[in-house]
Amino acid sequence: MNFGDRRETMETHKDYMGAKLGMWLFLLSEILLFGGLFILYSSYRYKFAADFHLAAGELNRIIGTVNTLVLLTSSLTMVLSVSSMQKGNRKLSALFLIATIIFGFLFLSLKYVEWATKVEHHLYPNSPRLLERKSGEVLFYGLYYAMTGLHGLHVLAGILLLVMMLFFIKNERIHRADFVLLENSGLYWHLVDIIWIFLFPLFYLIT
Amino acid sequence: MASFYENHGRHRGIFAWIFSTDHKRIGLLYLFPILSFFFVAVAFGFLMRLELIAPGPTIMSPQTYNALFTLHGVIMVFLFVIPSIPAIFGNFFLPIQIGARDVAFPRLNLLSWWVYMAGGVLVLLSLFTGGGPIDTGWTFYAPYSLRTAVNVPLAVFGVFVLGISNILTGINFVTTTHRLRAPGMTWLRLPLFVWAIYATAWVQILATPVIGITLLLTLIERLVGVGVFDPAKGGDPLLYQHLFWIYSHPAVYIMILPAMGVISEIIPVFARKTIFGYKAIAFSSIAIAAVGSFVWGHHMFVSGQSDLASVIFSFFTFLVAVPSAIKVFNWVATLYKGSIELEPPLLFALTFIFLFSVGGLTGLFQGALATDVHLHDTYWVVGHFHYIIFGGMGFGFFGAFHYWFPKMFGRMYGKKWVVPAWVLLFVGFNVLFFPMLILGWEGMPRRYYDYLPPFQTLHVISTIGSWILIAGMLLMFGNLFYALFRGEKTGDNPWGAATLEWKTSSPPPAENFETIPVVDRGPYEFR
Repeated sequence: MNFGDRRETMETHKDYMGAKLGMWLFLLSEILLFGGLFILYSSYRYKFAADFHLAAGELNRIIGTVNTLVLLTSSLTMVLSVSSMQKGNRKLSALFLIATIIFGFLFLSLKYVEWATKVEHHLYPNSPRLLERKSGEVLFYGLYYAMTGLHGLHVLAGILLLVMMLFFIKNERIHRADFVLLENSGLYWHLVDIIWIFLFPLFYLIT
Repeated sequence: MASFYENHGRHRGIFAWIFSTDHKRIGLLYLFPILSFFFVAVAFGFLMRLELIAPGPTIMSPQTYNALFTLHGVIMVFLFVIPSIPAIFGNFFLPIQIGARDVAFPRLNLLSWWVYMAGGVLVLLSLFTGGGPIDTGWTFYAPYSLRTAVNVPLAVFGVFVLGISNILTGINFVTTTHRLRAPGMTWLRLPLFVWAIYATAWVQILATPVIGITLLLTLIERLVGVGVFDPAKGGDPLLYQHLFWIYSHPAVYIMILPAMGVISEIIPVFARKTIFGYKAIAFSSIAIAAVGSFVWGHHMFVSGQSDLASVIFSFFTFLVAVPSAIKVFNWVATLYKGSIELEPPLLFALTFIFLFSVGGLTGLFQGALATDVHLHDTYWVVGHFHYIIFGGMGFGFFGAFHYWFPKMFGRMYGKKWVVPAWVLLFVGFNVLFFPMLILGWEGMPRRYYDYLPPFQTLHVISTIGSWILIAGMLLMFGNLFYALFRGEKTGDNPWGAATLEWKTSSPPPAENFETIPVVDRGPYEFR
């Protein structure tokens, strides 16, 4: 095999559509991962409607709303980062990416405050105070911690991913002609955002 | 032309393997660990059968027996059956069969292997740490899995990690099939093995995350006690069963579909005929994957789900038998008036058709609501799924091995040894598993350590079957391993097959083809 052939295949490995397809398939599997939790939520909400109503009233709606705005804004800055890169403005792209990362940390900090307050009030899985309550409320908090916890882990993973992208922009592995890594990271970030868009009303608004 | 064995890439020695992104090397990387896990699980099965040769304690304690049937199941299902054909033969042959140089994401492919190994190591570690080997059955049903003292957390985490490996492999195969087909390789010119792996990959992507979250919740439940499956806290164990089977029933199609793909490759080659009903076989793979995703409730007919749900799930269960039967009829029709050469791969393919049919028909008894009440949790179920999984997937795996062996290693095994090995396997298999159907019909419950004396005759026959079966496996694998080193060198196309992998050399060169082939006809047009 001559080297001309090899270079040709190296180039065909850079398949923009393929990379996007792979990412979308991965996102599909993420949706199904959360899907299991949403099934549990719907079944238990149906079974313990009154208990869920009571427990949901105790969550901090202000922090929840602020966090929703924070994540939505971070999705905006993410899109702006990708589109700046498409237009060849590396610096602006990096700035928007940094903004996205900061919003991500802000979200996690607010989440921490929320969890810490609940723990202070002795409302955490398996706590004696929680177990005194009705089954539906125990399950509401169980699901609350499991779902927002898993979502929080995804935010954290997203932040790590975006930090990596920042380095790739710096060493020009991501550039105007090849930005699929950044775009795919953006897709992941939006997925994390969208999952929150469902978690927020389910836990905070429907009472 | 130099084979891929001679192209080390950037690394040397073992690193040329464990850091290789060549899909063929990765396929072989899977082969040996997967076979090792298979042998371990076979040994566990052998010991269980030995214990059951007489009522009462024979060679082990009840707790050991519980651990053995659990580990036999966990290792067989998650470490052998689910990954085997896609990870080994799918990796090796899917890119070649579509005329590509590699999979779409070669590095992700290597990562899948590492993740698989990590999952395997975690499962093995769970045997020796914490409370010792798990005793929950391979289904990890709550609430028992939440209460038992054994090392459930590490074991379920290991299985979760194995799931990640599966999803990544699935993503790779779907993307590869969409993006890397050679010029002229239209969808209706894809070999049927590719169709099967493609359908399987979709199930892997869509179903595996659901068991992922189920196992994750079991883990969280054990560690912090959120209560979602724990009846003491209001959780519903039936929901655990739903979530578990939403994955685990489609998972049996992850197991059987690739084997069906193998059979669809072997039959036309050794009947020297274009496959009968190409489209029907191709689309029935998709139909099985789709309908098979809506039958999970048939595992809970006696668990207290609603009658309406049971009726619907029973209906879909009967429906999914249709595309499976379509495949069987088309294979048989392909053989009709063919110029049949009874070479080793065909021997295994024919065995597949017979044993799979027995397995499929016995399955319908359980899919019917009334008879299931009688058969549920008996040896009938054990007999049924071994006919499907071992008789189907297992013999499909042996067939794939014998069919592609000369291509993978460039050597041919001793064909004359395959026939006695096959006789032992076929006889041993039926002597081992057919009595289980009768035992179950007569009321012997599954997973029991002890039984009443009237059941003994059939148990003894079954145990003797396990000895014959193992003798057959020793002979078959011995023959193959011998051929790895001493087998006669073989040509590029010893079977006279028409798919693309036989157009390149044996073993294939580093990037599969000197120049990417242009495809101008279907996969089974022999000339």
